[in-house]
Amino acid sequence: MNVAAKMAAQATSAPLVQARNVHKSFGENEVLKGIDLDVMPGEVVVILGPSGSGKSTFLRCINHLEAIDQGSIMVDGEQIGYELQSGRLQKLSARAIAVQRRKIGMVFQQFNLYPHMTALENIVEAPIGVHKQNRREAEAYALELLKRIGLSDKANAYPRQLSGGQQQRVAIARALAIRPKLMLFDEPTSALDPELVGEVLATMRDLAEQGLTMIVVTHEIGFAREAADRVVFMDGGVVVEQGSPEVVLSNPSHPRTRLFLSRFIQNS
Amino acid sequence: MTERTISPSIELRDVARAHRPIEWGRWLLWIVVLAVAADFAWIVAYNENFGWPIVAEWFTAASIMKGLSVTLGLTVVAMFIGTAIGLVLAIARMSDDTLFKSLAGLFIWFFRGTPLLVQLIFWYNLSTLFPEISISIPFGPTLVSWNTNDLITPMTAAIAGLSLNEAAYMAEIIRGGLLSVDKGQVEATDAFGMTRGRALRRVIIPQAMRSIIPPTGNQLISMIKATSLVSVIAMSDLLYSVQAVYNRTFEVIPMLMVAVIWYLIITSILNVGQGFIERYYARGERGASDASVRSALRQEEPA
Repeated sequence: MNVAAKMAAQATSAPLVQARNVHKSFGENEVLKGIDLDVMPGEVVVILGPSGSGKSTFLRCINHLEAIDQGSIMVDGEQIGYELQSGRLQKLSARAIAVQRRKIGMVFQQFNLYPHMTALENIVEAPIGVHKQNRREAEAYALELLKRIGLSDKANAYPRQLSGGQQQRVAIARALAIRPKLMLFDEPTSALDPELVGEVLATMRDLAEQGLTMIVVTHEIGFAREAADRVVFMDGGVVVEQGSPEVVLSNPSHPRTRLFLSRFIQNS
Repeated sequence: MTERTISPSIELRDVARAHRPIEWGRWLLWIVVLAVAADFAWIVAYNENFGWPIVAEWFTAASIMKGLSVTLGLTVVAMFIGTAIGLVLAIARMSDDTLFKSLAGLFIWFFRGTPLLVQLIFWYNLSTLFPEISISIPFGPTLVSWNTNDLITPMTAAIAGLSLNEAAYMAEIIRGGLLSVDKGQVEATDAFGMTRGRALRRVIIPQAMRSIIPPTGNQLISMIKATSLVSVIAMSDLLYSVQAVYNRTFEVIPMLMVAVIWYLIITSILNVGQGFIERYYARGERGASDASVRSALRQEEPA
């Protein structure tokens, strides 16, 4: 699409996400060992890496589902979870953190749709309840989103009545309904049957082309190649290398990246 | 020989045409059990000591109806207050705040650890412990004060005793229900920036209801029966009302039968109601609409 416009926007504006020296431990186990990452507005960043490399944990730190132990994460000019008050860093209240999260959409591996609500109710829950939109407006936008993901006829279906791929697409629509500045995808296709992965990736590719800022943790190398502006390879709690998909995926400089990619190419 | 063990015709082996052998043992058991039941019913109906005419005479008497309404009212009020306090206790117990957690734990420990009958008698005799109840600043001046005897009537003692005891049990039931909800649901509400209260109300509690309702139905039924304990503090519930009659007329068994039949009628109605509520909260689980249930059934039928 309008790559030039995108590049221009990125050149002029500050990073939307700015992570500096992020450390995180679970007990004795240090999962993140100093992550630095900038994500520009409109950029699609795909994080690849073996299981246990800390990529999902890092993603969950960005909207403070996990609190970090050291370093800082800024989203849209605000430090997540903390506030600088006359030179002293203060922990934010649960309510203030909730407010910070409202501009970040998230899609989970296990979908986490509300099972007692229909697809439409799932989508309008946050816009009405959290963002205080009126019901008619929210439902109109929800129906538009359902149309965009090709599930107009499933508005009144409960999650149980949908396939895994359909559930995940509804979950994406639910996250889009809050008109997020940033979308986080936590292994969105890992819980799906292989034949259902394609429909979810297609939906995500549409979003990438529309210029939404996305951080995607995935094992789908194909998606990274087609949709990513930048690929970040993580291993052992650090960023091993990053760059354009052509460089990182086709001509990786680090042996660990090469090893990881060779395993995937053998499998497919 | 081998020829005969192989099926003569594959059609005869079609299991769709299989017959079930007649189970004589089961039939016999049915007949014996039904005969014993009929005999027992006969004995009960024709035993004059049950005094069925007296039962009929008193069954809808004004004093019994009044007692029945007290029992029902007390159950509803105590259950309502108990559930409300129980919910607060459950949330306090699950919070990260050590103060709230310990206070809730202490409450539950005390009210589950002592017999309800003792608690009721304590409430009723509160005035011997504290002749006056007052609101004051700790170690400071008194703001308002009441005479305990004016405050604690059989009614308030009964409501306080039953609902605080119920709250302790409901707290554990609700906590179990909240813990049964998938962790991912809590994460989703967090990620969408929902406040604690809204997340509980819209997402967590509706899902917890599925595992809260069945034990709560049990609690409600035992509450109806537990209200009979208030007869010891002169609260005129159903049991107290029949006791008042048989203390005059000495027709102990017939009057107790009046109470027994009423208790059974109420609990049976509640069982039916519980079934409806359980089905409501199972929506989204088995497919909510009738149509989808029917199509699911159709799938199970052989084509």
